[in-house]
Amino acid sequence: MNKIVITFFLTFLLTFNAIAGSDGKYNLSKNNPEKIKDCFEALNRGTFALNQGLDKVIFKPVAQAYRSLPSPVRTGTGNVLENLSSLITIPNNVLQGDLKTAGVNTGRFIINTTVGILGIFDVASEIGFSEYQKEDYGQTLAKWGVGPGCYIVLPVLGPSTIRDTAGSFINVMGGDPYYNVSAHGNNQYLDRSDYMLTKTLTAIDFRAKNLESFDNLEKNSLDFYASVKSLYLQDRQRKINNTKTGATIEIIYEGEWEELETQ
Amino acid sequence: MKLKKILTFFSFTIIYLTSVFNSYAIEPDIFVQSTVNRASQILSQNLTKDQKIEKLKSLAEETVDIKGIGMYTMGSYRKVMSESQKKEYEILFKKYFLKTFSSRLAEYSNPEIQVNSKETLNKNYTMVSSILVATEQRPEVNIVWRIYTKNPDDLKIRDLIIEGLSLARTQKEEFSSIIQTNNENIDALFENLKKFTE
Repeated sequence: MNKIVITFFLTFLLTFNAIAGSDGKYNLSKNNPEKIKDCFEALNRGTFALNQGLDKVIFKPVAQAYRSLPSPVRTGTGNVLENLSSLITIPNNVLQGDLKTAGVNTGRFIINTTVGILGIFDVASEIGFSEYQKEDYGQTLAKWGVGPGCYIVLPVLGPSTIRDTAGSFINVMGGDPYYNVSAHGNNQYLDRSDYMLTKTLTAIDFRAKNLESFDNLEKNSLDFYASVKSLYLQDRQRKINNTKTGATIEIIYEGEWEELETQ
Repeated sequence: MKLKKILTFFSFTIIYLTSVFNSYAIEPDIFVQSTVNRASQILSQNLTKDQKIEKLKSLAEETVDIKGIGMYTMGSYRKVMSESQKKEYEILFKKYFLKTFSSRLAEYSNPEIQVNSKETLNKNYTMVSSILVATEQRPEVNIVWRIYTKNPDDLKIRDLIIEGLSLARTQKEEFSSIIQTNNENIDALFENLKKFTE
């Protein structure tokens, strides 16, 4: 029954998205943050305020406590979570036709899970594997030409787009091997609560790594909601285009800077 | 003979002036490293937070193209702004920028930034790539600096791209959101800026 409801919802999201994002022939500029509409802004702002409240009461204090753990413990936890994310990245590498990276990431996962003791140690990076870049179903849908649709803020989960939300649903519909094993694996080692714990830890790890940045952004923003929206959409665009974070040439917005010179 | 002397004098004058001007032009990556070192020095000095903020503000006024960033952050709205609005905005944005810039930086005790490489986009812009070295509390951060090189003798910072996210771009979208939610009223943004800087 659950699967039927999720399938129905996913179909609805993608159908709705096709309408919301149908702005002609596919091109990567569709993911330009400025072109993504905030169709449900009033509702989004309400949800954002709710999430901020939850963050103040739950996530931030937990992240602060997590930050007080010794650095090797946090690094090890982060490594385990990143290693588990390979299970979503690898099928998406394949779906995007990037078989070479899929092979490299599979090698990375095997080495880190075995030699690196369930991913605690990032042995693969130590022996010279290339930098790991996460991929998800939202990015694959974008590569396939699905437009982002409207920007939405989900309760607890935070900023997203219609396409990225649909991508997240694919995880629990068989797209995430870790979910399949823990929720439907009928084994004595993992169950659904382990999956939930992993997802919660991922959120806490992310929050702990960004404690100061978030505080700073909130303190210095005239409209915190708009700043978070801009940062989320820029980050998604960067990930879809596979732009490296340290790339020296950031050409996406070049036209606007050049336009400034002519005025 | 006299003409030859004049030509020789003229040639030497040109060579001298060229060498003088060249001696002031510095490479964008050196400019970034030097700016970072100066900021680092201020932050590590035994000063009160307010004294540090004042010194950081002076450094920003000298090294950042605040006016250029301000105009960029207005996006398409700058085309419809009147001259008086532009003047008012320039003053408000400068106050806002200096307040947020110094407050952001003052949080760091002694940031260590390593400049790695540079790439010239065109005659106006060079991107300088650097790394904010990891500490116990936070991981390594990639920072790319957009340097405005139109005047090689007076380089200016126009944007910071932190982990692939542009600060100027974020600011622009924030301002645009405020104007849009106030029925395209630019003055509403000015009111917000005034309140923030009071």
